[in-house]
Amino acid sequence: MQERGRDDLTSVGGPVLSAVEGTRALLRNNALNITTFIIVSLIKTVLALFVLLTAVAYTVWLERKVVGHMQNRWGPTRVGPFGLLQPLADGVKFLFKEDLTPPHVYKPLYIAAPMIAVIFALTSIAVIPVGNSITLGSLHIPLQITDVNIGLLIILGVTSLGVYGVALAGWSSNSKYSLLGGLRASAQMISYEISLGLSLVGVLMLTGSFSLRDIVDTQGGTFWGFIPRWNIFYGGQFIAFFIYLISAYAETNRIPFDLPEAETELVAGYHTEYSAMKFAMFFMAEYANMITVAAVASLLFLGGWHGPVVGPPILRALLPVFWFVLRIFGFLFVYIWVRGTLPRFRYDQLMAFGWKFLLPLAIANLLVTALVVALRA
Amino acid sequence: MTHLIIFLFFGALCLAGAVNLLVQRHPINSALSLVVVMGSLAVEYLLLGAEFVAAVQVIVYAGAVMVLFVFVIMLLNAGEEVRTKGSRVAMLFGIPGMLVGSALVGWVLIERTGSQTVAAGALPGAPRTIGWLLFHNFLLPFEVTSILVLIAIMGAVVLASHPDTDSGKKKS
Amino acid sequence: MVPISYYLVLSGILFACGVTGFLIKRNIISIFMSIELMLNGVNLSFVAFAAQWHALSGQIFVFFVMVVAAAEAAVGLAIIIAVYRTRETLNIDQVDLLKL
Repeated sequence: MQERGRDDLTSVGGPVLSAVEGTRALLRNNALNITTFIIVSLIKTVLALFVLLTAVAYTVWLERKVVGHMQNRWGPTRVGPFGLLQPLADGVKFLFKEDLTPPHVYKPLYIAAPMIAVIFALTSIAVIPVGNSITLGSLHIPLQITDVNIGLLIILGVTSLGVYGVALAGWSSNSKYSLLGGLRASAQMISYEISLGLSLVGVLMLTGSFSLRDIVDTQGGTFWGFIPRWNIFYGGQFIAFFIYLISAYAETNRIPFDLPEAETELVAGYHTEYSAMKFAMFFMAEYANMITVAAVASLLFLGGWHGPVVGPPILRALLPVFWFVLRIFGFLFVYIWVRGTLPRFRYDQLMAFGWKFLLPLAIANLLVTALVVALRA
Repeated sequence: MTHLIIFLFFGALCLAGAVNLLVQRHPINSALSLVVVMGSLAVEYLLLGAEFVAAVQVIVYAGAVMVLFVFVIMLLNAGEEVRTKGSRVAMLFGIPGMLVGSALVGWVLIERTGSQTVAAGALPGAPRTIGWLLFHNFLLPFEVTSILVLIAIMGAVVLASHPDTDSGKKKS
Repeated sequence: MVPISYYLVLSGILFACGVTGFLIKRNIISIFMSIELMLNGVNLSFVAFAAQWHALSGQIFVFFVMVVAAAEAAVGLAIIIAVYRTRETLNIDQVDLLKL
């Protein structure tokens, strides 16, 4: 039995085994010292978290500004030039407000829920690559906290755990509006997660890897010299991109699918009973999730960090990061644009749309992609 | 060494979650401790080199099945459970019997398989290999399970739909 | 390096916890969660044996267990909702009539 198992493995996983061995050898050679590795990782983590939180704050500012202009208003203008210091003022306000705890809440979960939401929203940044690698002296640093070969699965797993924050907040607040919001959120997020996942499978079949870095690397170059070889233009993934876009709006509870916090019917949905910093945590989690979703869309469909690169070496290393950030901001702008334009769906419409339209469409797209891949092989 | 420490830490977390599931009286606390158990089991799978299984464990079990449980608990707003008094015979014989039995099983397991150790990532549970096996050697079970899932979906829809939906349609 | 038996002992304890929960819990949902706990214990032993025998089939079994568990959860929770709708209780001791 054991022998047969080994045979199976060598015939199937031969290349994989050698890849693992190769990685080990590389690690042994590069094991110059573990302290350097830890220091570099720490610096990368702190930097990534700082940038992410700043980006969250300024996405809020961007949203208020853009929606303001769409509605013929100015948006924030008072604090700093163009209201640029508004996020800072908001943060200070959240910190100094009184932290109310309503009397009939289920306290342990009431306190834990916003933390769960924000932790899972911030975790996924760990596997998102933002560019190639930079070389400092003899040190070769990839611009990513950690490159695991199941990166995409980790992002999916972490975002699917984020539901708990919302659901528990709704339940533990012990208020009817919160409970309705929490119920809506969990049902909606489970439903749309399926079409979200299925829309990504097409890209995975074309690439043959879960590693985000590999997926981006296959998207370099152009078709016929002028169309960039992004997945969105390739193998019919255009439809997959739109399925992803719509499911992502539902996953992050944004207009037109912001039923869990629909203020006209549910006061504020699952965070009705929250105030001060706990409320700010939900806010941060929502915007961090938006950024994660935008980053995944750019990596999988829009070619990641590929773009024209010119100039001295330092510019060559940093321009890809700029292109990547530009894509994320483009995606976020579409988010805000949709928010300023579309009305909210009704809940039964939302469910029917997800199960009866998006899911069959995603499966059909998957079949077509499989056919394309099979014919090409 | 680090391997052992990680194993022990997450094993302890796992056991704490499992025991908490038994002790807690409110279903939602039990559900959350089960999520903790599943999360730490995912780490144990990573230690055994089954990275794809670990990811699927988090996505399917912790992210979907348990959310469904929490959803139902919230929907029915089930309160704390009422404890019935345990029988004296169970207390007298059950607990010592369970302890003896589990000690026996543990001893057998350690004695019989004690020499074998596993290194971290001993087996490449790479998605590509697993997919290959799943669609070649295990194709028939795969198809049968998919039919099972289809039947389960239909069953869930039928069971959970309102019993008077049909009559309501007839009335209107 | 961790001996394979440690994993097996852990899985055994998890399974025992599941059985205990199944027997002592009185809430249908909690009983159902105990079953999930047992399945998780079994999964751990599958993965441990897969690592011991260097055969990936063990990991494939885990997938099948997960799929069956998910299907079971969907149907089981639907049954629980149906039971709650007719009996208005989740206590297993009070759901003992064949016909209302």
